[in-house]
Amino acid sequence: MGHGFSTLLYKEVLRFWKVASQTVAAPVLTALLYLLIFSHVLEGHVKIHGVAYTSFLIPGLVMMSVLQNAFANSSSSLIQSKVTGNIVFVLLPPISYLEFFAAYVLAAVVRGVVVGTGVLLATCWFAPLGFVAPLWIIVFALMGGAILGSLGVIAGIWAEKFDQLAAFQNFLIMPLTFLSGVFYSINSLPPFWQQVSHWNPVFYMIDGFRHGFFGVSDASPWHSLAVVATCLALLTAFTLNLLKRGYKLRA
Amino acid sequence: MSVAIRIQQVSKSFGAVQALDRVDLAIEPGEFFGLLGPNGAGKTTLISALAGLVRPDHGTLSVMGHDVQSDYRAARRQLGVVPQELVFDPFFTVRESLKIQSGYFGIRDNDAWIDEILENLGLTPKAHANMRMLSGGMKRRVLVAQALVHRPPVIVLDEPTAGVDVELRQTLWAFIRRLNEAGHTIVLTTHYLEEAENLCSRIAMLQAGRVVALDTTANLLRRFSTHTLRLRCRGEMPADLVLGAAQSGGWWSLPFDRYEDVEPMLARIREAGCGIEDLEIGKPDLEEVFIRVMQGETQGEGR
Ligand SMILES: Nc1ncnc2c1ncn2[C@@H]1O[C@H](COP(=O)(O)OP(=O)(O)OP(=O)(O)O)[C@@H](O)[C@H]1O
Ligand SMILES: [Mg+2]
Repeated sequence: MGHGFSTLLYKEVLRFWKVASQTVAAPVLTALLYLLIFSHVLEGHVKIHGVAYTSFLIPGLVMMSVLQNAFANSSSSLIQSKVTGNIVFVLLPPISYLEFFAAYVLAAVVRGVVVGTGVLLATCWFAPLGFVAPLWIIVFALMGGAILGSLGVIAGIWAEKFDQLAAFQNFLIMPLTFLSGVFYSINSLPPFWQQVSHWNPVFYMIDGFRHGFFGVSDASPWHSLAVVATCLALLTAFTLNLLKRGYKLRA
Repeated sequence: MSVAIRIQQVSKSFGAVQALDRVDLAIEPGEFFGLLGPNGAGKTTLISALAGLVRPDHGTLSVMGHDVQSDYRAARRQLGVVPQELVFDPFFTVRESLKIQSGYFGIRDNDAWIDEILENLGLTPKAHANMRMLSGGMKRRVLVAQALVHRPPVIVLDEPTAGVDVELRQTLWAFIRRLNEAGHTIVLTTHYLEEAENLCSRIAMLQAGRVVALDTTANLLRRFSTHTLRLRCRGEMPADLVLGAAQSGGWWSLPFDRYEDVEPMLARIREAGCGIEDLEIGKPDLEEVFIRVMQGETQGEGR
Protein backbone atom coordinates (compact mmCIF):
# COMPACT_ATOMS: atom_id res chain seq x y z
CA MET A 1 0.00 0.00 0.00
CA GLY A 2 1.60 3.21 -1.15
CA HIS A 3 1.11 6.90 -0.68
CA GLY A 4 -1.82 6.81 -3.12
CA PHE A 5 -3.69 4.57 -0.71
CA SER A 6 -2.96 6.66 2.36
CA THR A 7 -3.98 9.83 0.51
CA LEU A 8 -7.28 8.29 -0.55
CA LEU A 9 -7.88 7.11 3.01
CA TYR A 10 -7.04 10.57 4.34
CA LYS A 11 -9.34 12.22 1.78
CA GLU A 12 -12.21 9.87 2.64
CA VAL A 13 -11.82 10.56 6.37
CA LEU A 14 -11.49 14.31 5.81
CA ARG A 15 -14.62 14.22 3.65
CA PHE A 16 -16.87 13.03 6.47
CA TRP A 17 -15.01 14.93 9.16
CA LYS A 18 -15.61 18.24 7.38
CA VAL A 19 -19.34 17.67 7.72
CA ALA A 20 -19.18 15.99 11.13
CA SER A 21 -22.43 17.52 12.31
CA GLN A 22 -24.26 15.42 9.72
CA THR A 23 -22.01 12.39 9.66
CA VAL A 24 -21.16 12.02 13.35
CA ALA A 25 -23.30 14.21 15.60
CA ALA A 26 -26.63 13.40 13.92
CA PRO A 27 -26.34 9.60 14.21
CA VAL A 28 -25.19 9.91 17.83
CA LEU A 29 -28.29 11.96 18.58
CA THR A 30 -30.52 9.43 16.82
CA ALA A 31 -29.08 6.58 18.89
CA LEU A 32 -29.55 8.60 22.05
CA LEU A 33 -33.22 9.14 21.19
CA TYR A 34 -33.70 5.39 20.64
CA LEU A 35 -32.16 4.77 24.03
CA LEU A 36 -34.34 7.32 25.81
CA ILE A 37 -37.55 6.04 24.26
CA PHE A 38 -36.96 2.28 24.46
CA SER A 39 -35.43 2.31 27.91
CA HIS A 40 -38.24 4.48 29.19
CA VAL A 41 -40.82 2.01 27.87
CA LEU A 42 -39.07 -1.25 28.68
CA GLU A 43 -36.70 -0.71 31.60
CA GLY A 44 -37.89 -2.67 34.62
CA HIS A 45 -40.11 -4.88 32.47
CA VAL A 46 -37.44 -6.91 30.73
CA LYS A 47 -34.19 -8.51 31.77
CA ILE A 48 -32.10 -10.36 29.19
CA HIS A 49 -29.45 -12.89 30.16
CA GLY A 50 -29.78 -11.35 33.63
CA VAL A 51 -28.82 -7.93 32.28
CA ALA A 52 -31.08 -4.91 32.79
CA TYR A 53 -32.74 -3.79 29.55
CA THR A 54 -31.00 -0.43 29.19
CA SER A 55 -27.60 -2.03 29.74
CA PHE A 56 -28.48 -4.65 27.15
CA LEU A 57 -29.68 -2.06 24.66
CA ILE A 58 -26.59 0.21 24.75
CA PRO A 59 -24.10 -2.14 23.01
CA GLY A 60 -26.78 -2.94 20.43
CA LEU A 61 -27.24 0.72 19.62
CA VAL A 62 -23.50 1.29 19.52
CA MET A 63 -22.96 -1.57 17.07
CA MET A 64 -25.97 -0.59 14.96
CA SER A 65 -24.45 2.89 14.63
CA VAL A 66 -21.06 1.44 13.69
CA LEU A 67 -22.64 -0.68 10.96
CA GLN A 68 -25.03 1.89 9.51
CA ASN A 69 -22.42 4.62 9.41
CA ALA A 70 -19.77 2.42 7.89
CA PHE A 71 -22.21 1.58 5.11
CA ALA A 72 -23.28 5.20 4.71
CA ASN A 73 -19.70 6.41 4.40
CA SER A 74 -18.46 4.35 1.50
CA SER A 75 -21.78 4.20 -0.33
CA SER A 76 -22.57 7.91 -0.19
CA SER A 77 -19.04 8.96 -1.02
CA LEU A 78 -18.98 6.77 -4.11
CA ILE A 79 -22.42 7.67 -5.38
CA GLN A 80 -21.74 11.38 -4.91
CA SER A 81 -18.47 11.09 -6.78
CA LYS A 82 -20.15 9.17 -9.57
CA VAL A 83 -23.12 11.49 -9.93
CA THR A 84 -21.00 14.65 -9.83
CA GLY A 85 -18.32 13.06 -12.02
CA ASN A 86 -15.39 13.76 -9.71
CA ILE A 87 -14.80 10.00 -9.45
CA VAL A 88 -12.35 10.60 -12.33
CA PHE A 89 -9.93 12.14 -9.83
CA VAL A 90 -9.41 8.71 -8.28
CA LEU A 91 -9.71 6.75 -11.52
CA LEU A 92 -7.02 8.68 -13.41
CA PRO A 93 -4.14 8.16 -10.93
CA PRO A 94 -2.15 4.93 -10.60
CA ILE A 95 -4.20 3.64 -7.65
CA SER A 96 -4.65 -0.14 -7.74
CA TYR A 97 -8.06 -1.70 -7.16
CA LEU A 98 -6.73 -3.19 -3.94
CA GLU A 99 -5.69 0.22 -2.62
CA PHE A 100 -9.02 1.65 -3.75
CA PHE A 101 -10.93 -1.02 -1.84
CA ALA A 102 -8.77 -0.78 1.28
CA ALA A 103 -9.03 3.02 1.44
CA TYR A 104 -12.83 3.16 1.09
CA VAL A 105 -13.41 0.30 3.54
CA LEU A 106 -10.95 1.58 6.14
CA ALA A 107 -12.44 5.07 5.99
CA ALA A 108 -15.86 3.46 6.49
CA VAL A 109 -14.53 1.61 9.55
CA VAL A 110 -13.10 4.86 10.91
CA ARG A 111 -16.45 6.61 10.50
CA GLY A 112 -18.27 3.66 12.09
CA VAL A 113 -15.89 3.54 15.04
CA VAL A 114 -15.99 7.32 15.55
CA VAL A 115 -19.80 7.34 15.58
CA GLY A 116 -19.91 4.15 17.70
CA THR A 117 -17.57 5.71 20.25
CA GLY A 118 -19.72 8.83 20.25
CA VAL A 119 -22.84 6.76 20.90
CA LEU A 120 -21.07 4.86 23.68
CA LEU A 121 -19.92 8.08 25.34
CA ALA A 122 -23.40 9.61 25.07
CA THR A 123 -25.25 6.55 26.40
CA CYS A 124 -22.93 4.90 28.94
CA TRP A 125 -24.22 7.22 31.68
CA PHE A 126 -27.67 5.66 31.59
CA ALA A 127 -26.84 2.15 32.75
CA PRO A 128 -23.90 0.07 34.01
CA LEU A 129 -21.78 -1.66 31.33
CA GLY A 130 -19.35 -4.50 31.92
CA PHE A 131 -16.53 -4.31 29.37
CA VAL A 132 -15.83 -7.93 30.35
CA ALA A 133 -13.89 -8.86 27.20
CA PRO A 134 -12.73 -5.72 25.37
CA LEU A 135 -10.97 -7.71 22.67
CA TRP A 136 -14.30 -9.10 21.43
CA ILE A 137 -15.69 -5.56 21.42
CA ILE A 138 -12.85 -4.34 19.23
CA VAL A 139 -12.79 -7.36 16.91
CA PHE A 140 -16.52 -7.30 16.17
CA ALA A 141 -16.64 -3.52 15.76
CA LEU A 142 -13.79 -3.58 13.24
CA MET A 143 -15.00 -6.59 11.31
CA GLY A 144 -18.62 -5.46 11.28
CA GLY A 145 -17.56 -2.03 10.12
CA ALA A 146 -15.46 -3.56 7.36
CA ILE A 147 -18.33 -5.79 6.18
CA LEU A 148 -20.76 -2.89 5.97
CA GLY A 149 -18.08 -0.64 4.48
CA SER A 150 -17.57 -3.25 1.81
CA LEU A 151 -21.32 -3.53 1.19
CA GLY A 152 -21.31 0.26 0.90
CA VAL A 153 -18.64 0.04 -1.80
CA ILE A 154 -20.77 -2.49 -3.71
CA ALA A 155 -23.91 -0.38 -3.35
CA GLY A 156 -22.10 2.84 -4.28
CA ILE A 157 -20.66 1.27 -7.41
CA TRP A 158 -23.85 -0.50 -8.42
CA ALA A 159 -26.29 2.38 -7.87
CA GLU A 160 -26.53 4.94 -10.64
CA LYS A 161 -28.88 7.28 -8.86
CA PHE A 162 -29.49 8.27 -5.27
CA ASP A 163 -32.87 6.51 -5.15
CA GLN A 164 -31.28 3.19 -6.12
CA LEU A 165 -28.87 3.60 -3.24
CA ALA A 166 -31.78 4.46 -0.94
CA ALA A 167 -33.52 1.26 -2.05
CA PHE A 168 -30.42 -0.80 -1.25
CA GLN A 169 -30.32 0.87 2.15
CA ASN A 170 -34.02 0.60 2.95
CA PHE A 171 -34.64 -2.92 1.70
CA LEU A 172 -31.40 -4.60 2.68
CA ILE A 173 -29.30 -2.73 5.22
CA MET A 174 -32.08 -1.42 7.46
CA PRO A 175 -33.95 -4.74 7.81
CA LEU A 176 -30.69 -6.60 8.41
CA THR A 177 -29.59 -4.23 11.15
CA PHE A 178 -32.97 -3.80 12.81
CA LEU A 179 -33.88 -7.51 12.74
CA SER A 180 -30.66 -8.54 14.36
CA GLY A 181 -31.27 -8.31 18.07
CA VAL A 182 -30.35 -4.68 18.64
CA PHE A 183 -33.46 -4.10 20.70
CA TYR A 184 -34.11 -7.61 22.00
CA SER A 185 -32.60 -11.03 22.51
CA ILE A 186 -33.59 -13.36 19.71
CA ASN A 187 -34.33 -15.96 22.40
CA SER A 188 -37.45 -13.94 23.13
CA LEU A 189 -38.68 -14.45 19.57
CA PRO A 190 -40.98 -17.23 18.35
CA PRO A 191 -38.99 -20.23 17.02
CA PHE A 192 -39.59 -19.35 13.37
CA TRP A 193 -38.11 -15.87 13.72
CA GLN A 194 -35.27 -17.26 15.78
CA GLN A 195 -34.42 -19.49 12.82
CA VAL A 196 -34.61 -16.54 10.45
CA SER A 197 -32.34 -14.46 12.66
CA HIS A 198 -29.72 -17.18 12.61
CA TRP A 199 -29.38 -16.54 8.89
CA ASN A 200 -28.76 -12.85 9.45
CA PRO A 201 -25.02 -12.18 9.66
CA VAL A 202 -25.67 -8.87 11.42
CA PHE A 203 -27.15 -10.83 14.32
CA TYR A 204 -23.71 -12.42 14.90
CA MET A 205 -21.95 -9.08 14.72
CA ILE A 206 -24.18 -7.58 17.39
CA ASP A 207 -24.30 -10.71 19.51
CA GLY A 208 -20.51 -11.08 19.51
CA PHE A 209 -20.04 -7.39 20.19
CA ARG A 210 -22.42 -7.55 23.12
CA HIS A 211 -20.62 -10.59 24.46
CA GLY A 212 -17.59 -8.36 24.97
CA PHE A 213 -19.61 -6.21 27.38
CA PHE A 214 -21.43 -8.81 29.46
CA GLY A 215 -19.73 -12.13 28.81
CA VAL A 216 -23.09 -13.66 27.90
CA SER A 217 -24.76 -13.86 24.50
CA ASP A 218 -27.24 -15.81 22.40
CA ALA A 219 -24.53 -17.55 20.39
CA SER A 220 -20.97 -18.44 21.30
CA PRO A 221 -18.60 -15.60 20.36
CA TRP A 222 -16.36 -18.07 18.54
CA HIS A 223 -19.28 -19.18 16.44
CA SER A 224 -20.12 -15.54 15.73
CA LEU A 225 -16.51 -14.82 14.86
CA ALA A 226 -16.49 -17.69 12.35
CA VAL A 227 -19.66 -16.41 10.67
CA VAL A 228 -18.48 -12.80 10.59
CA ALA A 229 -15.00 -13.67 9.32
CA THR A 230 -16.47 -15.84 6.56
CA CYS A 231 -18.82 -13.04 5.50
CA LEU A 232 -15.96 -10.56 5.47
CA ALA A 233 -13.78 -12.86 3.37
CA LEU A 234 -16.56 -13.54 0.85
CA LEU A 235 -17.56 -9.90 0.54
CA THR A 236 -13.97 -8.78 0.19
CA ALA A 237 -13.39 -11.26 -2.61
CA PHE A 238 -16.61 -10.23 -4.34
CA THR A 239 -15.92 -6.51 -4.07
CA LEU A 240 -12.33 -6.86 -5.22
CA ASN A 241 -13.55 -8.76 -8.23
CA LEU A 242 -16.00 -5.97 -9.11
CA LEU A 243 -13.26 -3.38 -8.78
CA LYS A 244 -10.76 -5.41 -10.73
CA ARG A 245 -13.20 -5.71 -13.60
CA GLY A 246 -13.91 -1.98 -13.37
CA TYR A 247 -17.62 -2.81 -13.01
CA LYS A 248 -19.62 0.39 -13.71
CA LEU A 249 -16.55 2.50 -13.05
CA ARG A 250 -14.59 1.93 -16.23
CA ALA A 251 -16.97 1.58 -19.17
CA MET B 1 9.63 3.87 -26.82
CA SER B 2 10.10 6.42 -29.53
CA VAL B 3 6.46 7.51 -29.46
CA ALA B 4 4.59 9.34 -26.72
CA ILE B 5 1.17 7.91 -27.55
CA ARG B 6 0.50 4.83 -29.64
CA ILE B 7 -3.07 3.90 -30.51
CA GLN B 8 -3.49 0.73 -32.54
CA GLN B 9 -6.71 -0.49 -34.13
CA VAL B 10 -8.83 0.77 -31.25
CA SER B 11 -12.58 0.14 -31.51
CA LYS B 12 -15.27 0.78 -28.96
CA SER B 13 -19.02 0.64 -29.17
CA PHE B 14 -21.68 1.62 -26.69
CA GLY B 15 -24.64 -0.55 -27.58
CA ALA B 16 -25.46 0.27 -31.20
CA VAL B 17 -23.21 3.34 -31.27
CA GLN B 18 -19.79 2.75 -32.74
CA ALA B 19 -17.87 5.42 -30.86
CA LEU B 20 -14.44 4.40 -32.16
CA ASP B 21 -13.77 2.43 -35.30
CA ARG B 22 -10.25 1.00 -35.75
CA VAL B 23 -8.42 4.14 -34.76
CA ASP B 24 -4.66 4.21 -35.42
CA LEU B 25 -2.52 7.10 -34.23
CA ALA B 26 1.06 7.60 -33.21
CA ILE B 27 2.05 10.84 -31.53
CA GLU B 28 5.71 11.76 -31.15
CA PRO B 29 7.24 13.12 -27.96
CA GLY B 30 7.14 16.91 -27.92
CA GLU B 31 4.33 17.21 -30.45
CA PHE B 32 1.47 19.66 -30.06
CA PHE B 33 -1.27 17.51 -31.51
CA GLY B 34 -4.85 18.46 -32.29
CA LEU B 35 -7.75 16.03 -32.18
CA LEU B 36 -10.71 17.55 -33.97
CA GLY B 37 -14.16 16.40 -34.94
CA PRO B 38 -17.82 17.27 -34.61
CA ASN B 39 -19.88 16.50 -31.51
CA GLY B 40 -20.07 12.78 -30.94
CA ALA B 41 -17.12 11.99 -33.20
CA GLY B 42 -15.44 9.97 -30.45
CA LYS B 43 -12.75 12.37 -29.22
CA THR B 44 -13.61 12.04 -25.55
CA THR B 45 -14.02 8.28 -25.89
CA LEU B 46 -10.53 8.04 -27.37
CA ILE B 47 -9.07 10.14 -24.55
CA SER B 48 -10.96 8.05 -21.99
CA ALA B 49 -9.54 4.87 -23.50
CA LEU B 50 -6.08 6.36 -23.21
CA ALA B 51 -6.72 7.25 -19.57
CA GLY B 52 -8.13 3.82 -18.73
CA LEU B 53 -11.62 5.20 -18.05
CA VAL B 54 -13.02 3.28 -21.01
CA ARG B 55 -11.97 -0.21 -21.99
CA PRO B 56 -11.76 -0.64 -25.75
CA ASP B 57 -13.41 -3.64 -27.40
CA HIS B 58 -10.38 -4.12 -29.61
CA GLY B 59 -6.94 -2.65 -29.99
CA THR B 60 -4.21 -1.41 -27.70
CA LEU B 61 -3.08 1.95 -26.41
CA SER B 62 0.16 2.96 -24.78
CA VAL B 63 1.60 6.08 -23.20
CA MET B 64 5.38 6.53 -23.35
CA GLY B 65 5.69 2.87 -24.17
CA HIS B 66 3.50 1.65 -21.30
CA ASP B 67 0.36 -0.27 -22.19
CA VAL B 68 -2.64 1.41 -20.53
CA GLN B 69 -4.11 -1.93 -19.42
CA SER B 70 -1.26 -4.28 -18.59
CA ASP B 71 1.11 -1.59 -17.33
CA TYR B 72 -1.51 0.88 -16.16
CA ARG B 73 0.40 2.29 -13.22
CA ALA B 74 3.34 3.45 -15.30
CA ALA B 75 1.05 4.60 -18.12
CA ARG B 76 -1.07 6.75 -15.80
CA ARG B 77 1.99 8.34 -14.19
CA GLN B 78 3.01 9.56 -17.64
CA LEU B 79 -0.39 11.03 -18.45
CA GLY B 80 -2.24 14.14 -17.31
CA VAL B 81 -5.84 14.47 -18.47
CA VAL B 82 -8.03 17.56 -18.27
CA PRO B 83 -11.56 16.15 -18.53
CA GLN B 84 -14.19 17.78 -20.70
CA GLU B 85 -16.82 17.82 -17.95
CA LEU B 86 -16.45 20.56 -15.37
CA VAL B 87 -16.03 18.34 -12.32
CA PHE B 88 -14.79 19.24 -8.85
CA ASP B 89 -14.87 17.97 -5.29
CA PRO B 90 -17.05 20.36 -3.26
CA PHE B 91 -15.52 19.31 0.06
CA PHE B 92 -12.12 20.85 -0.53
CA THR B 93 -10.28 24.08 -1.24
CA VAL B 94 -8.20 24.58 -4.37
CA ARG B 95 -4.94 23.86 -2.58
CA GLU B 96 -6.35 20.82 -0.77
CA SER B 97 -7.59 19.42 -4.08
CA LEU B 98 -4.14 19.78 -5.60
CA LYS B 99 -2.35 18.28 -2.60
CA ILE B 100 -4.72 15.33 -2.57
CA GLN B 101 -4.29 14.82 -6.30
CA SER B 102 -0.51 14.86 -5.84
CA GLY B 103 -0.86 12.22 -3.13
CA TYR B 104 -2.86 9.96 -5.44
CA PHE B 105 0.16 9.97 -7.72
CA GLY B 106 2.42 9.08 -4.81
CA ILE B 107 3.95 12.55 -4.48
CA ARG B 108 4.39 13.87 -0.95
CA ASP B 109 5.95 17.32 -0.83
CA ASN B 110 4.67 19.02 -3.91
CA ASP B 111 4.09 22.52 -2.58
CA ALA B 112 6.70 24.28 -4.71
CA TRP B 113 5.31 22.85 -7.94
CA ILE B 114 1.72 23.44 -6.82
CA ASP B 115 2.60 27.09 -6.16
CA GLU B 116 4.10 27.34 -9.62
CA ILE B 117 1.01 25.86 -11.27
CA LEU B 118 -1.29 28.13 -9.27
CA GLU B 119 0.75 31.16 -10.25
CA ASN B 120 0.85 30.23 -13.92
CA LEU B 121 -2.90 29.69 -14.08
CA GLY B 122 -3.76 32.84 -12.15
CA LEU B 123 -5.14 30.80 -9.26
CA THR B 124 -2.92 32.05 -6.45
CA PRO B 125 -5.57 34.40 -4.99
CA LYS B 126 -8.06 31.53 -4.95
CA ALA B 127 -5.75 28.94 -3.37
CA HIS B 128 -7.74 28.81 -0.14
CA ALA B 129 -11.18 29.25 -1.65
CA ASN B 130 -13.56 26.32 -1.49
CA MET B 131 -14.14 24.68 -4.86
CA ARG B 132 -17.89 25.36 -4.63
CA MET B 133 -17.27 29.11 -4.44
CA LEU B 134 -15.35 29.33 -7.71
CA SER B 135 -16.79 30.50 -11.00
CA GLY B 136 -16.94 28.07 -13.90
CA GLY B 137 -13.78 29.43 -15.51
CA MET B 138 -11.88 29.19 -12.24
CA LYS B 139 -13.03 25.60 -11.78
CA ARG B 140 -11.73 24.88 -15.28
CA ARG B 141 -8.34 26.28 -14.29
CA VAL B 142 -8.25 23.99 -11.27
CA LEU B 143 -9.00 21.03 -13.54
CA VAL B 144 -6.00 21.97 -15.64
CA ALA B 145 -3.91 22.34 -12.49
CA GLN B 146 -5.02 18.93 -11.21
CA ALA B 147 -3.87 17.30 -14.44
CA LEU B 148 -0.40 18.78 -14.02
CA VAL B 149 0.42 18.00 -10.37
CA HIS B 150 2.55 14.98 -11.24
CA ARG B 151 4.41 16.73 -14.08
CA PRO B 152 3.19 14.29 -16.71
CA PRO B 153 5.27 14.13 -19.92
CA VAL B 154 2.02 13.70 -21.87
CA ILE B 155 -0.82 16.17 -21.30
CA VAL B 156 -4.26 15.71 -22.85
CA LEU B 157 -6.75 18.56 -22.74
CA ASP B 158 -10.35 17.79 -23.69
CA GLU B 159 -11.90 21.12 -24.68
CA PRO B 160 -10.13 23.11 -21.99
CA THR B 161 -11.39 26.43 -23.34
CA ALA B 162 -15.09 25.59 -23.66
CA GLY B 163 -16.93 28.51 -22.10
CA VAL B 164 -13.96 30.37 -20.70
CA ASP B 165 -13.00 33.99 -21.13
CA VAL B 166 -10.31 35.47 -23.35
CA GLU B 167 -7.97 36.06 -20.45
CA LEU B 168 -7.91 32.45 -19.34
CA ARG B 169 -7.45 31.26 -22.88
CA GLN B 170 -4.41 33.42 -23.27
CA THR B 171 -2.88 32.53 -19.91
CA LEU B 172 -3.72 28.88 -20.43
CA TRP B 173 -2.19 28.70 -23.90
CA ALA B 174 0.88 30.62 -22.85
CA PHE B 175 1.41 28.11 -20.04
CA ILE B 176 0.72 25.05 -22.19
CA ARG B 177 3.05 26.38 -24.87
CA ARG B 178 5.80 26.77 -22.28
CA LEU B 179 5.23 23.20 -21.16
CA ASN B 180 5.36 22.07 -24.77
CA GLU B 181 8.61 23.96 -25.32
CA ALA B 182 9.98 22.26 -22.21
CA GLY B 183 9.37 18.92 -23.93
CA HIS B 184 5.86 17.90 -22.83
CA THR B 185 3.69 16.25 -25.44
CA ILE B 186 0.35 18.01 -25.76
CA VAL B 187 -2.89 16.62 -27.19
CA LEU B 188 -5.74 19.04 -27.50
CA THR B 189 -9.37 18.81 -28.54
CA THR B 190 -11.29 21.97 -29.24
CA HIS B 191 -14.14 23.27 -31.34
CA TYR B 192 -12.30 26.58 -31.75
CA LEU B 193 -10.52 25.78 -34.98
CA GLU B 194 -8.52 28.99 -34.96
CA GLU B 195 -7.02 27.87 -31.65
CA ALA B 196 -6.07 24.51 -33.11
CA GLU B 197 -4.61 26.14 -36.22
CA ASN B 198 -2.41 28.44 -34.15
CA LEU B 199 -1.25 25.86 -31.63
CA CYS B 200 -1.12 22.42 -33.20
CA SER B 201 1.65 21.26 -35.47
CA ARG B 202 -0.27 18.15 -36.47
CA ILE B 203 -3.96 17.37 -36.55
CA ALA B 204 -6.20 14.31 -36.71
CA MET B 205 -9.84 14.68 -37.62
CA LEU B 206 -12.34 12.17 -36.34
CA GLN B 207 -15.75 11.55 -37.81
CA ALA B 208 -18.13 8.90 -36.50
CA GLY B 209 -15.27 7.18 -34.71
CA ARG B 210 -12.91 7.06 -37.68
CA VAL B 211 -9.78 9.05 -38.44
CA VAL B 212 -10.70 10.84 -41.66
CA ALA B 213 -7.71 13.14 -41.90
CA LEU B 214 -4.25 13.07 -40.37
CA ASP B 215 -1.50 15.43 -41.40
CA THR B 216 0.54 18.43 -40.37
CA THR B 217 -1.50 21.57 -39.99
CA ALA B 218 0.46 23.19 -42.83
CA ASN B 219 -0.24 20.29 -45.19
CA LEU B 220 -3.92 20.21 -44.33
CA LEU B 221 -4.22 23.90 -45.02
CA ARG B 222 -2.39 23.48 -48.31
CA ARG B 223 -4.45 20.53 -49.38
CA PHE B 224 -7.88 21.68 -48.43
CA SER B 225 -7.86 25.43 -48.31
CA THR B 226 -6.75 28.27 -50.57
CA HIS B 227 -6.24 31.98 -50.56
CA THR B 228 -9.24 33.84 -51.84
CA LEU B 229 -9.66 37.26 -53.24
CA ARG B 230 -13.03 38.57 -52.14
CA LEU B 231 -14.51 41.60 -53.79
CA ARG B 232 -17.65 43.55 -54.53
CA CYS B 233 -17.89 45.31 -57.85
CA ARG B 234 -20.14 47.18 -60.27
CA GLY B 235 -20.69 45.61 -63.70
CA GLU B 236 -20.10 42.21 -65.26
CA MET B 237 -17.37 39.90 -63.91
CA PRO B 238 -15.20 38.54 -66.78
CA ALA B 239 -16.39 35.08 -67.81
CA ASP B 240 -12.98 33.37 -67.38
CA LEU B 241 -12.84 34.54 -63.76
CA VAL B 242 -16.41 33.57 -62.99
CA LEU B 243 -15.33 30.02 -63.69
CA GLY B 244 -14.16 28.63 -60.35
CA ALA B 245 -15.45 31.61 -58.39
CA ALA B 246 -18.27 31.68 -55.92
CA GLN B 247 -20.75 34.44 -55.31
CA SER B 248 -22.75 35.20 -52.22
CA GLY B 249 -24.36 38.32 -50.84
CA GLY B 250 -22.92 40.54 -53.54
CA TRP B 251 -19.36 39.29 -52.82
CA TRP B 252 -17.27 37.33 -55.30
CA SER B 253 -14.73 34.86 -53.96
CA LEU B 254 -11.90 34.11 -56.33
CA PRO B 255 -9.44 31.41 -55.24
CA PHE B 256 -5.72 31.84 -55.93
CA ASP B 257 -2.49 30.12 -54.98
CA ARG B 258 0.23 32.76 -55.02
CA TYR B 259 0.11 36.44 -54.35
CA GLU B 260 1.60 37.07 -57.81
CA ASP B 261 -1.69 35.83 -59.25
CA VAL B 262 -3.65 38.69 -57.69
CA GLU B 263 -2.40 41.46 -59.90
CA PRO B 264 -3.37 39.82 -63.23
CA MET B 265 -6.81 39.04 -61.79
CA LEU B 266 -7.36 42.64 -60.81
CA ALA B 267 -6.12 43.73 -64.23
CA ARG B 268 -8.68 41.47 -65.95
CA ILE B 269 -11.44 42.94 -63.83
CA ARG B 270 -10.38 46.48 -64.67
CA GLU B 271 -10.19 45.64 -68.39
CA ALA B 272 -13.72 44.26 -68.23
CA GLY B 273 -14.85 47.65 -66.99
CA CYS B 274 -15.77 46.46 -63.53
CA GLY B 275 -15.48 49.03 -60.78
CA ILE B 276 -14.26 47.55 -57.50
CA GLU B 277 -16.21 48.78 -54.49
CA ASP B 278 -14.70 46.67 -51.72
CA LEU B 279 -11.92 44.13 -51.53
CA GLU B 280 -10.27 41.79 -49.05
CA ILE B 281 -7.94 38.81 -49.07
CA GLY B 282 -8.82 35.62 -47.22
CA LYS B 283 -6.10 33.26 -46.03
CA PRO B 284 -6.43 29.48 -45.91
CA ASP B 285 -8.06 28.48 -42.67
CA LEU B 286 -8.73 25.32 -40.75
CA GLU B 287 -12.46 25.92 -40.73
CA GLU B 288 -12.55 25.43 -44.46
CA VAL B 289 -10.35 22.34 -44.14
CA PHE B 290 -12.64 20.96 -41.48
CA ILE B 291 -15.80 21.52 -43.50
CA ARG B 292 -14.31 19.93 -46.60
CA VAL B 293 -12.98 16.93 -44.72
CA MET B 294 -16.31 16.40 -43.02
CA GLN B 295 -18.08 16.61 -46.38
CA GLY B 296 -16.04 13.63 -47.42
CA GLU B 297 -13.24 15.08 -49.50
CA THR B 298 -10.16 12.95 -49.08
CA GLN B 299 -7.49 14.30 -51.40
CA GLY B 300 -8.20 17.97 -51.15
CA GLU B 301 -9.04 20.09 -54.12
CA GLY B 302 -7.03 23.09 -53.14
CA ARG B 303 -4.35 23.67 -55.73
N1 LIG C 1 -20.75 6.02 -21.63
C1 LIG C 1 -21.40 6.07 -22.80
N2 LIG C 1 -22.52 5.35 -23.00
C2 LIG C 1 -23.16 5.36 -24.17
N3 LIG C 1 -22.77 6.08 -25.23
C3 LIG C 1 -21.67 6.83 -25.11
C4 LIG C 1 -20.92 6.86 -23.90
N4 LIG C 1 -19.87 7.69 -24.08
C5 LIG C 1 -19.96 8.16 -25.34
N5 LIG C 1 -21.04 7.64 -25.97
C6 LIG C 1 -21.41 7.89 -27.38
O1 LIG C 1 -20.26 7.71 -28.16
C7 LIG C 1 -20.19 8.69 -29.19
C8 LIG C 1 -18.90 9.47 -29.08
O2 LIG C 1 -18.95 10.29 -27.95
P1 LIG C 1 -17.75 11.22 -27.48
O3 LIG C 1 -18.12 11.80 -26.17
O4 LIG C 1 -16.48 10.46 -27.55
O5 LIG C 1 -17.75 12.35 -28.59
P2 LIG C 1 -16.88 13.68 -28.69
O6 LIG C 1 -16.17 13.62 -29.98
O7 LIG C 1 -16.07 13.86 -27.47
O8 LIG C 1 -18.01 14.79 -28.78
P3 LIG C 1 -18.07 16.29 -28.18
O9 LIG C 1 -17.38 17.16 -29.17
O10 LIG C 1 -19.52 16.56 -28.14
O11 LIG C 1 -17.43 16.27 -26.85
C9 LIG C 1 -21.44 9.54 -29.04
O12 LIG C 1 -22.40 9.06 -29.92
C10 LIG C 1 -21.86 9.31 -27.61
O13 LIG C 1 -23.24 9.43 -27.49
MG1 LIG D 1 -15.98 15.22 -26.02
